[in-house]
Amino acid sequence: MAHSKDEILAGLAEIINDETSLPAETIEVGKSLQDDLDIDSLSMLTIMTDAEKKFGIRFDDNASSSLVTVGDVVDYIANAQA
Amino acid sequence: MTSKIVVTGLGATTPLGGDVKSTWAALLAGESGITTLEQEWVARHQLPVTFAGQAKVPAKEVLAHKEVKRLDPSSQFALVAAREAWADAGAPEVVPERLAVEFSTGIGGVWTLLDAYDTLNQGEARHVSPMTVPMLMPNGPAAAIGMDLAARGGVRTSVSACASSTEAIANAIARLRSGEVDMVVAGGSEAAIHPLPIAAFASMHALSRRNDEPAKASRPYDVNRDGFVMGEGGAALVLETEEHALARGARIYAELAGGAVTSDAYHITAPDPEGSGAARAMLAALAQAGAKPSDVVHINAHATSTPVGDIAEFTALKRVFGDSLSKIPVSATKAATGHLLGGTGAIEAIFVILALHERTLPPTINLDDQDPAIQLDVVTSPRKLADGPALAISNSFGFGGHNAVIAFRSYEG
Repeated sequence: MAHSKDEILAGLAEIINDETSLPAETIEVGKSLQDDLDIDSLSMLTIMTDAEKKFGIRFDDNASSSLVTVGDVVDYIANAQA
Repeated sequence: MTSKIVVTGLGATTPLGGDVKSTWAALLAGESGITTLEQEWVARHQLPVTFAGQAKVPAKEVLAHKEVKRLDPSSQFALVAAREAWADAGAPEVVPERLAVEFSTGIGGVWTLLDAYDTLNQGEARHVSPMTVPMLMPNGPAAAIGMDLAARGGVRTSVSACASSTEAIANAIARLRSGEVDMVVAGGSEAAIHPLPIAAFASMHALSRRNDEPAKASRPYDVNRDGFVMGEGGAALVLETEEHALARGARIYAELAGGAVTSDAYHITAPDPEGSGAARAMLAALAQAGAKPSDVVHINAHATSTPVGDIAEFTALKRVFGDSLSKIPVSATKAATGHLLGGTGAIEAIFVILALHERTLPPTINLDDQDPAIQLDVVTSPRKLADGPALAISNSFGFGGHNAVIAFRSYEG
């Protein structure tokens, strides 16, 4: 069953919180993963691996280069599960 | 340049305590850090050995969540120990290029490797964590310390099984004596209380099977010893040249007077029964210290509590010290801590340093019936060390025929 974007954001915030210890409520769609949340490339790959398991989706091999904001990841997951 | 090398900081997390102070107090009190394993995997895999020396304070209770998530337990122990040692040394301001790390493991990130393999077996390759490689590598603990302390003078890991961290401390000597760096954080850690290493060590009949009496299982030199007991944890020393320490007004615990490694080239696991390689390492460490065997007032033996190993080390000690061996008090502290594998030399180095600094030799517990083939003066309750200059050695030997010995001298200023 497809998750709503709100559900995806909440689930993604849990994953990012686990990886970075940032409070889940500070993880908003407009935030830049690298500039605002200080997520490095290795953490980004970890977050994507965890999101694949959580949402049952797959990221393309070069997906991370197009994912700049939290919102980009939410949209990607929403489209991928469609 | 032959400047003295001194010890100015100590840190440890062990089966006896979460820091040096509590570990040393428990050791002097004759406590055992060995307990029954309550994990479900013990029964699931029908492990023949059901106990170990688990860290008294889990590292995840001390470190930040992000550190726990990105570091294998072996690196977590390393970071806890190194931070304590660095703080104990006064957390000095140093030029990063003049600070090095020599920090070992015997096995490395075995939990990370095997957890990742479980993940792979349960699903697809893409579910394997991207952090797997940096977490499993044996230099992970050294790298974690190096990043935490901003050490840019070289971060190195020597892997020589159970001799690893004694070798790491010995390696620090050359780096400091050459003038390449001013300070070295040296030591080792291990976190291998996982069903596979337990099964593997048990398969080679290396482990004690005294499942009904875990606290009595590690019993070096006792006639009823039946193998070693696995332990986990880490220990770190801050080492520096005497000039550097004096210039910054540091408290000095002891002098690291010498360190040497040799190899047996005899058998992959069995010690050379003649003990010649181990004896050569002891003599070389003493020579580097400018000392003679008759100067040694205390020995922290490798003494893992295996039937064969304890005898082989005794033979090597006889070669070095001859008839005067019976007058040198020996402590076998694995009786209390278990065997921390790649971390064991570092914790035993701390016990030697504190023995010299506190003038108190730590006890060897569980020696109920000393093996008549091992004629040693084994310290069984805390014993005062006489006043005056004192030299002590710590032995570590590892599978692969590795022999590593370090010598410490009391610091008289």
